[in-house]
Amino acid sequence: MLAFIIRRMAQSVVVLLTVALIAFALFRFVGDPTQQMVSQDTSVEERMQIRKDLGLDDPVPLQFLRFIGNAARFEFGVSYQNKQPVAKLIAERFPATMELALASALFALFVGIPMGVFTGLYPNSVVSKLFQMISLIGVSLPTFLIGILLIFVFSVSLGWLPSFGRQGVVKLGSWTTSFLTLEGWRSLVMPAITLGLFQMTLIMRLVRSEMLEVMRTEYIRFARARGLSSRSINFRHALKNTLIPVITITGLQLGSIIAFAIITETVFQWPGMGLLFLQAVQTVDIPIMAAYLLLVATLYVVINLIVDLLYSAVDPRIRISGKAA
Amino acid sequence: MAMTTENAKVPAAACAPQAAAPSAIARFLDSDIWYSFTRSKVTMLAAAITALLILSAVLAPWIAPNNPLDLQTLSLMDGSKPPVWSADGEWKFPLGTDQQGRCVLSSILYGMRISLIVGFLGVLLAATIGIVLGLIAGYFGGKVDSIIMRAADVQLTFPPILVALLFDGTMRALFGTQKSESLIFWVLVISIGLSFWVQYARTVRGSTMVERNKDYVHAARLIGLSKPTILFRHVLPNVMGPVLVIATINLAVAIITEATLSFLGVGLPATEPSLGTLIRVGNEFLFSGEWWVVIFPGLTLAVLVLAVNMLGDWLRDALNPKLQ
Repeated sequence: MLAFIIRRMAQSVVVLLTVALIAFALFRFVGDPTQQMVSQDTSVEERMQIRKDLGLDDPVPLQFLRFIGNAARFEFGVSYQNKQPVAKLIAERFPATMELALASALFALFVGIPMGVFTGLYPNSVVSKLFQMISLIGVSLPTFLIGILLIFVFSVSLGWLPSFGRQGVVKLGSWTTSFLTLEGWRSLVMPAITLGLFQMTLIMRLVRSEMLEVMRTEYIRFARARGLSSRSINFRHALKNTLIPVITITGLQLGSIIAFAIITETVFQWPGMGLLFLQAVQTVDIPIMAAYLLLVATLYVVINLIVDLLYSAVDPRIRISGKAA
Repeated sequence: MAMTTENAKVPAAACAPQAAAPSAIARFLDSDIWYSFTRSKVTMLAAAITALLILSAVLAPWIAPNNPLDLQTLSLMDGSKPPVWSADGEWKFPLGTDQQGRCVLSSILYGMRISLIVGFLGVLLAATIGIVLGLIAGYFGGKVDSIIMRAADVQLTFPPILVALLFDGTMRALFGTQKSESLIFWVLVISIGLSFWVQYARTVRGSTMVERNKDYVHAARLIGLSKPTILFRHVLPNVMGPVLVIATINLAVAIITEATLSFLGVGLPATEPSLGTLIRVGNEFLFSGEWWVVIFPGLTLAVLVLAVNMLGDWLRDALNPKLQ
């Protein structure tokens, strides 16, 4: 078990260092770090002096080490466009993305699991066929199209929900939340569904196939023979055993929810990190791109690591095989 | 000498059964794939829709009622016309026009053409990179293998759309933002190609490691064929099966990726619109009630992707021996 943890952590560090190298290369070679400090009439000598002060004449490996040191303290310099520190820009927008991701993950779980259980228990019913159709559409439709269709139906045609922005925001210290007001929930609901629909269909398909498999096993037949109620069999025996892969997938998907938030945030003009990153790509704002890349990579790697470790802690079969080996 | 011809024949026959000219169609009609195809009505429908959409995209210059790219034929007088079944609609513009008077139906046909070309080229590039790297990794093993596969692992940590965005942003930075439209087209193709190569590389590597130890490869090595010849003429045809399945499923994803990038405003510009660009531009008119400018391109994209996806799902099941 310990060997497994150490190997897994070493892997994560290698991935992070690679990403840091890419971000550094972006920062150092694609963009020009002196760009925001010089004007047209800065003399050549002054430019050389700035380069020297920034350490751009040092050997590249040394610069890379310094870059990692700065990244650890979350210092990524100043945005080319906004002329503000990158760390500040990202910190302002972090809560918006996190709340959106959380809301859509909860939506995916609490709608996807019941739908999956139902289609798994009654695979031939008409409702199951309908759910299957919805899941096929959810997998196939591009995220932005779902968002546009939702806006068209619920904002433009029916006028029930606001079509863009994050409203009803309450400040809690350095965190901003839209969970506390009705207005906040109203503006959150469509982006969260848009973002969570793909994960919902994924979870539904997963629970369905697991349920179909579990219902055929011996212990379910034995539970039936013992005369347990079907409710107890379906939920206490069957569903419980399908949940481990669901937890894993949900955990792993949390990372891609954060990445896909770029698209949802653009459709709904949601003021999160994704929108910031997209604007950075459009205007070639390298410091923001590099910082976002590293941040998302770190989130990803940490989530993957936790999920992997939890998985081996939850599933006894993995622990046993770990001991045997 | 006899051995050379023998060796050349085995993989050639394995790679292209349809190339055996006269009986090819008869053999195809007799195959399991065709049987499974004719048994599934949904698949036949999906195939028909895909064929129809691809055909109308290819024939766009001849069947489109108007030319949306020719600025001289546009007239602001024709702007913002609703579809033909509305009170103000007219037959000249079956699905209405946008604010500049561009015919929506024609824009969709031309846009779908660009979307499909970018999708096809992107998949082709991804498959080529993946196959070459997979063959090299699987055949040579050792250090080369672990370098290629670690690179694949790192890339797999990110969703392809993020990778594509990143490549797109980097290339924008390298070439400057003031670049010609043809360059943007290739930036998109390369972004998509570089985001999806991992799947191909992993699959091809796995099959190559199996093929590497088979007799025909040993024989080819013994008679002194060069490594590229062994890899591309002998091993490659035998690992192509799964690649075709991945490529079909990938086409839908590539079309979505292109549309997403164009929608996000880092893809094709409004002067050379793909379906994604049309949706982005049309989205701005949604609130002024001109829903047809965005909904029709959106539906086209949805139907196209859904049909290709269903074909891919069917192909995967049909070629999977475990399910038969």
